[in-house]
Amino acid sequence: MTVTALVFYLFAAITVASGFMVISARNPVHSVLFLILAFFNAAGLFLLLGAEFLAMILVIVYVGAVAVLFLFVVMMLDVNFVELRQGFLQYLPVGALIGLILLVELLLVFGSWSVLPEAGNLAAARAPDAATLSNTDALGRILYTQYLLPFQAAGAILLVAMIGAIVLTLRSRPGVKRQKISDQVTRTMETAVEVKKVQPGQGI
Amino acid sequence: MFLELLIILAKIFAIILPLLLAVAFTTLLDRKVWAMMQLRKGPNVVGPFGLLQPFADGLKLLFKETIIPAGANKGVFLIAPVLTFTLALIAWAVIPFGDGIVLADINVGILYLFAISSLGVYGIIMGGWASNSKYPFLGGLRSAAQMVSYEVSIGFVMVTVLLCVGSLNLNDIVKAQETVWFAIPLFPMFVVFFISALAETNRPPFDLPEAESELVAGFQIEYSSISFALFMLGEYGNIILMSAMTSLLFLGGWQPISLFGLLDWIPGPIWFFAKTFLVLFTFCWVKATVPRYRYDQLMRLGWKVFLPFSLFWLVLTAGFLVTFDLLPVKG
Repeated sequence: MTVTALVFYLFAAITVASGFMVISARNPVHSVLFLILAFFNAAGLFLLLGAEFLAMILVIVYVGAVAVLFLFVVMMLDVNFVELRQGFLQYLPVGALIGLILLVELLLVFGSWSVLPEAGNLAAARAPDAATLSNTDALGRILYTQYLLPFQAAGAILLVAMIGAIVLTLRSRPGVKRQKISDQVTRTMETAVEVKKVQPGQGI
Repeated sequence: MFLELLIILAKIFAIILPLLLAVAFTTLLDRKVWAMMQLRKGPNVVGPFGLLQPFADGLKLLFKETIIPAGANKGVFLIAPVLTFTLALIAWAVIPFGDGIVLADINVGILYLFAISSLGVYGIIMGGWASNSKYPFLGGLRSAAQMVSYEVSIGFVMVTVLLCVGSLNLNDIVKAQETVWFAIPLFPMFVVFFISALAETNRPPFDLPEAESELVAGFQIEYSSISFALFMLGEYGNIILMSAMTSLLFLGGWQPISLFGLLDWIPGPIWFFAKTFLVLFTFCWVKATVPRYRYDQLMRLGWKVFLPFSLFWLVLTAGFLVTFDLLPVKG
């Protein structure tokens, strides 16, 4: 057994174990922390495949940004998660069905490969030569030439989703005092200070 | 196989031991600079010029009792400082100290650094939550929001630098600055990066997570003895890391100042340390000079000023490079 195989089984075992802990941990914050551990080990698996760019992006995007927001929300929410789990088992058939479909699809893909090794060449985009290009280069080349339109469309959809979320949550309440930096900066002596001549014994 | 492993271990120790010493003396530097700017002497009793002060502090913290609050989430409470400290150390694996003098010369070095620095928030947010107390929790939430906000502009600054280099390898980034340091053509980005680095490391004027006038000490309140020391070491480790990153990305890393080759005889690592020290001094300088930001001002600066500005500068740089056909092309 080589070192690579050993490391693979280590990462894979931790990924599966922490994935299981995500759904079984009682404390939702612990769930999110285990999810982060799973992300990390998935990144390790990517590294073993030689896909270092994807591994780093996985850590940056999912662990560095998405999971922080998850953690943020889970910590702030005052939801009784034990109560939520009461009807947990009634979702079992649906979940099992989705899992089964995924399994069948994976088997189909893997089966076509093992029966017909040339099937890999039928893919729309051939894998570039790994020896000459780093995988950041290779990914960029495919993404910005052959798949430019889907890539841009995905970006546009994300933008629309973002604007949609802002529009849905933005409320302009009347009577809220907001700080206007420009107003403060443009104030002059004349508008800010009022000089009064006070007569003795009278006050203002 | 066994020998290779031994060599790697030796290299790791050769980085970590000086690094820990540097962290210890950075705490002293911080206090000394701060004191001098306020016309005080600073620590001057323990050892000559107070040089042994960091070790006295470390020993004191080591011998104190570790107090774990009754309502605390024990596991997470103890993991948080360890995580902060570890993350501050492992980032150094990819930092090139000289031409090719680096522990792991990986293709995506800058992304690795970005990933590790974006993980730093977990130590703080976990510590804040696990303390099971109001002030640490508020400090943790503040820090999460702050670090996520400023990471965005740091990311754009990095992409701008990468556009000019054409590689994600840190060694290549330093080599690309042979003719001119990126601090000169990309000066606005240099300023944005430096200020964002202050915010990312929770240094004044952005030390909202621990703001002692509002939150007592933020996420650190419930920590004592060695767990507190680990938080502190991690924090200063991150500060040195950010200084090193600034010098690598913008000040030419281990490249000498090109005075017609007059200064080329000084070895690369010394240049690198000198530049890092300069940035480090600026960190302390800022701490002694600028008052703390208000929280909404901090968010305004991050999202409404830095983000649009760095995005604009990124597009401008890309446009400039394409127009004048200066894009670095590889392969």
